[in-house]
Amino acid sequence: METLLELISLPLILSSFRFATPLILAALGGIFSEKSGIINIALEGIMLFGAFAAVLGTSQTGSPWMGVIYAVVGGMLFAAILATVSIFFRADQIVIGTGINIFASGLTIFLLQIFFGVKGTSPQVARLPSMRIFDVRFSVLTYVSLILVPVVYYFFYKTHWGLRIRSIGEHPAAADTLGINVNRWRFISVLISGVLAGLAGAHLSIGDGNAFVREMSAGRGFIALAAMIFGKWHPVKAMGAALLFGYAEAIAVRVDFAFIPSELISAIPYILTIVVLAGFISKAVGPAASGEPYFKGER
Amino acid sequence: MENKYENLRSLLINLGISLLSIIIALIFGAFFVLLTEESPATAYQALYFGAFGNFRNILNTLWRSTPLILTGLAFALPFRGGLINIGAEGQFVMGGFAAGVAGFYFTSLPAFIHLPLAILAGVLAGALWAGLSGWLKAKMEVNEVISTIMLNYIAIALTINYGINKLRTSSRMATPEIMDSAKLIRFKDMADSGFWSYLPFIDIFADPAIRLHFNFILTLIVAVILWYLLFKTSIGYEFRAVGLNPSAAEYGGINANKTIIWTMLIGGAVAGLGGAGEALGTHFSFIQGMDAGYGFTGIAVGLIGQTHPIGVIFGGLLFGALNQGGLEMQFAGVPSEIVNIIQALVIFFIASLQIIKVYLKNRKEKGEVE
Repeated sequence: METLLELISLPLILSSFRFATPLILAALGGIFSEKSGIINIALEGIMLFGAFAAVLGTSQTGSPWMGVIYAVVGGMLFAAILATVSIFFRADQIVIGTGINIFASGLTIFLLQIFFGVKGTSPQVARLPSMRIFDVRFSVLTYVSLILVPVVYYFFYKTHWGLRIRSIGEHPAAADTLGINVNRWRFISVLISGVLAGLAGAHLSIGDGNAFVREMSAGRGFIALAAMIFGKWHPVKAMGAALLFGYAEAIAVRVDFAFIPSELISAIPYILTIVVLAGFISKAVGPAASGEPYFKGER
Repeated sequence: MENKYENLRSLLINLGISLLSIIIALIFGAFFVLLTEESPATAYQALYFGAFGNFRNILNTLWRSTPLILTGLAFALPFRGGLINIGAEGQFVMGGFAAGVAGFYFTSLPAFIHLPLAILAGVLAGALWAGLSGWLKAKMEVNEVISTIMLNYIAIALTINYGINKLRTSSRMATPEIMDSAKLIRFKDMADSGFWSYLPFIDIFADPAIRLHFNFILTLIVAVILWYLLFKTSIGYEFRAVGLNPSAAEYGGINANKTIIWTMLIGGAVAGLGGAGEALGTHFSFIQGMDAGYGFTGIAVGLIGQTHPIGVIFGGLLFGALNQGGLEMQFAGVPSEIVNIIQALVIFFIASLQIIKVYLKNRKEKGEVE
């Protein structure tokens, strides 16, 4: 009974927001990329590199705000690899995404040694400002993520730029006929995706913590991907999914269950994603042309 | 005759793309070495010596290639059938866990039953884990990329986080050590064993630092079997037909759904063998971190091998050599992570250079019109 009460306790619910922050940011990033037709399984790697860049920027300039800028630029650079190679070289997006994840994992440990002379954990740096509510620390990026959700929603469903990107993801040839530069908009969308995933990384290293730890993204990029699918590529629903997954993580960390091992609670997001994709709850269908390169003059 | 010429041409193009990608990746890698203020020549020399410098290093290169060849094959076979298997990592851990558990759970079996049983447990676990994705794709239209990614993390939660915690008997994050009867034969032990010691020159393997074990032999056999299956049997023809054009294959009377499930089952079985081999031959238990990203690196291995089973052997050998040589590079003062960076760069270039094929094809079609 006591554990059950703990499940609806305020600190637990508040800490789901904390855990959900990187998921919301990266899921919004995933939405940008996929709505334009590029599958971004590199969110994981971009997030990891963003986390490193944030710590590097903070330690070099002394300001965590500069750290955020480093993370954003770093995320954009990584996303630019994905965009260039998949749009202009027509390379397989899944393969490139996997390559970026391996690249980020190797590069961050390599750079840790170059800049800090360590292999595991960077020296501590200044954190972003945060606010404590009921013993739970909320970094400024948590607020940013919550503000960005309606902004992204408005962008996609109420502006003509959003409509353009959505049309590119559904039917690039038709969008092209209407005079939309498909590849340019795809490039921009993937870059925005990188910015958001980079921010997610900054939250991990200087928002929630105060150092970079190797492999610190620990699958969150893929959970964000899961949140995006679970939320059916819709910003508000994806936030809901991210909060649910953040709640699962908070339970795994804070509540000691007698009947379900906490190690298995962390697998809930992944199981739910498969369940929802299989249509056991309701079918999730992504943008029609996602994953297909577009070249003029091909049908 | 025309057809033979075409085959040779496409083989040469593929080989050229692979070699070019490796060379460009090594050149880019040199820039990263420069960041460490060491000379790339020193680094690459150390890399080469670490991988091929002496007999022991060569054998250890083969040892490190083994799981990579298997995860490479686990990517390659479904790829030929039109599926992208990102799940070799999960299939590998499931295989390693099942084999590790079977290895310590049965205490009084003779080796000729116990060892095959433990290997079979690993192979089956991997096959079922991948088969689940295949089934979800065939029956529920769930994209295999997403389902294999999710199953990777479910596998890690089940085995490394939960399984090991439940089963371990010490502070070591591992399942209990397996019985002697479930251990794969290690080359270094062969001189001492009653059976193998009669082989001539067996003493050359008697170096405690040689870690190669019999899974390497199994791996080569598996690769040849897969090559035969893919290119010499009607089943393999069906796999490839579905990979090239599923609806045309359906029209030609091939059951695409069945093919999807079977290619995944076989791919997962191979990845499971990789995990089983590491558990039964390298670590003698299922330990945390045993997977070491082999599932993802396997994608690169499969691509370098142009998803051809024999090509994958060479891709695995190359990446095994990089991993083995990376240690020597670390001693020379260059971070071994350069190796991961080079491996990722190989993926970028090999995926990008496929554009050459498109270009050549377009040029040819134009030539035929004129």
